[in-house]
Amino acid sequence: MTDFITVTFTVATFASGVRLATPYLLAALGETLGQRSGVLNLGVDGVMLLGAFFSYWAVLQTDSIAVGLLVGIGVGLLLGVVYAAVTVVFRAEQGISGIGIFLFGLGMSALLFEEWVGTPQPISSFDKLAIPLLSDIPKIGDMFFNHNLLVYVSMLLVPGLTLLVNRTTFGLNVRAVGETPEAADSLGVSVARTRAICILAGNGLAGLAGAALAIEIGIFQHNLTNQIGFIAIALVYFGAWRPTGVVAGSLLYGLVTSTVNQWKTAGLVTGAASSFTTMAPALLTIVALVVIARRTAAQPAALTLPFVRGH
Amino acid sequence: MASSTRSRPRRATLARIGGISVGGSAVILALLIGAAMILGLGANPLDGYQELLKGAFGGTEELAESAAKAMPLLFVGTGICVAFRAKVINIGGEGQIIAGGLLSTMTALAVPDLPAIVLIPLVLFMGLVGGAVWGGIPGALKAYLGVNEILSTIMLNLVAVQLFNYLLRAPLMDPRQIELGTRIPQTRRLSENADLPILIEGTRFHLGVVVALLAAAVAWFFLWRTTTGYRVRAVGASAPAARYAGMPVKRMTMLALTISGSLGGLAGACLVFGSETHRLQTEGFATGFTGSAGFNGIVAALFGGLHPLFTIPSSFLFGGLLVGANAMQRAIQIPVDLVIGLNGLIVVFVVSSNTLRERLSRYMSIAGEAAEHDEAGARRVPAADEAGPPEPADASASDGADGPVRTLESEP
Repeated sequence: MTDFITVTFTVATFASGVRLATPYLLAALGETLGQRSGVLNLGVDGVMLLGAFFSYWAVLQTDSIAVGLLVGIGVGLLLGVVYAAVTVVFRAEQGISGIGIFLFGLGMSALLFEEWVGTPQPISSFDKLAIPLLSDIPKIGDMFFNHNLLVYVSMLLVPGLTLLVNRTTFGLNVRAVGETPEAADSLGVSVARTRAICILAGNGLAGLAGAALAIEIGIFQHNLTNQIGFIAIALVYFGAWRPTGVVAGSLLYGLVTSTVNQWKTAGLVTGAASSFTTMAPALLTIVALVVIARRTAAQPAALTLPFVRGH
Repeated sequence: MASSTRSRPRRATLARIGGISVGGSAVILALLIGAAMILGLGANPLDGYQELLKGAFGGTEELAESAAKAMPLLFVGTGICVAFRAKVINIGGEGQIIAGGLLSTMTALAVPDLPAIVLIPLVLFMGLVGGAVWGGIPGALKAYLGVNEILSTIMLNLVAVQLFNYLLRAPLMDPRQIELGTRIPQTRRLSENADLPILIEGTRFHLGVVVALLAAAVAWFFLWRTTTGYRVRAVGASAPAARYAGMPVKRMTMLALTISGSLGGLAGACLVFGSETHRLQTEGFATGFTGSAGFNGIVAALFGGLHPLFTIPSSFLFGGLLVGANAMQRAIQIPVDLVIGLNGLIVVFVVSSNTLRERLSRYMSIAGEAAEHDEAGARRVPAADEAGPPEPADASASDGADGPVRTLESEP
């Protein structure tokens, strides 16, 4: 039993969990911004897949992780333009059009991988960037302050996004547009422009999340994300539309994943039984959804509602 | 007004043609983009599409194969139609297919010796039950606890996939695989008494296809010819109005998702017992079993105007595309994934064209406006109720918040 505990809760497992949480966190923070402005984007997983593929491919060509990350963001922004056109200009049903984007990303990423790469080749992964002094703290240092740059960036985005939404004029506009677009519109705030900016930023982050995933794993394959994008959307609800709640959910998923991996390598559970551990966060998310559903005030009132002036 | 009598029927015809042409142009536009991509990848799109068409619809065998591939799309698509009429979005098709496949497989493993006449209906029924449970859970959560069904169905997909992985790797695994140590995650060959009979000799056209066609017809009958179906649609059109009229809104919401799920479950059972290997297997991941039908069924339903009967040809078209894509891959080495990507584009185009259609119909209604004032809608209301989905005209009561359910309505 003591073995079980020491293997489970090692510093290394925790650190790996923090790293694995990064793609969830980036994608979920992007989705949070979009949803605060009233737009549900169910296409996150597709955006992540395309971001992951193109950044993998870029790293394969240039051997530069920086280029890979930028390509990931670029792909996300491009798909953001499409999604903004679909939902803001054409005011399409958001739940369904997101599924369209997902299928597009799922098919196209697999197609291009087959055509351009074929046999999987590993790419170089992130370099660690230990934060001076802080990383020297025993245990805590390795858990939180000895990661790659993207982990820090995603963590800094949490207070960053909180400040942006709660303390800036733009954030006020975002919230206004997400709660009562009619009132925002009557005060001269452009609902379309505000939502488009949030969609672009959200998709850019989703593309970056895909890039982070591909570079962290060091390989691309068919359906690499395995529904991480969909989980990220659920994490927004899980976190009650607050970045601090979202980071908690992301860490939960990251830690469960790293723990399962740890158990598997230590031979504590069979491959088959590990399914139940992998299933646990999904069940927990359903419970969280039930709890959140009771607090309807937390949800942006205009979520999924297209805005038509004069209605 | 002299022109009013003439403009009304003309407007209806125009709207109908408009509806079909929007879907058609979405497919054509997607195929054009696909052609550009094939060209960009250094192959000949004309050759590719020719092979695709031949592979999908070129002969009896191909047509039967397309029908078999369309079967799960039709089941899931019909379920999507039912859910959508109650304004519920069911993204859980994948999980529901898996649940149905698992429960029916376990049934066939438990009582393999029952005669075919009993066992086949039994496994189909158990598939239905499995899907109904997997759809009923998010249905109950939405109806009674207000949980967003999009998210709960997505989460239940993940749970189903893990359950599937576990069961196939441990209790349900083929004993031969354990003996040989190869441990391929698949069941033993299931009881022959449960094989869905092939209806056209030498093809893949099995009983499941007919069951799917029946399911679509029954769904249509249910929605537009029964009181409960009427209530489901009323709840979808306006929950407050339905509540005011004394309808059990919550029960209807749950029912719609349960029916939707049970159709997915039937698809799962038919996939198992209509398969060539007659076993439940993964081919690497759970999508190998479902073939992403849980998502592609949404495409088929959307393309069929969210109407069960129109989903039949629509499913056949998309089933054919998926089958033809294999022929295309053999001929010009473009992976089948292209078609999945194009399906996504078709979805995006179809839902985006709603605004366009609204503008089109508004433009056309200017001519008929005077007529509407004269006849005061008296002709419209019964027409909407007797023959299918409410026409866009009577839908303006609540404002444009609920997308395709209303705007994609196809005229029966």
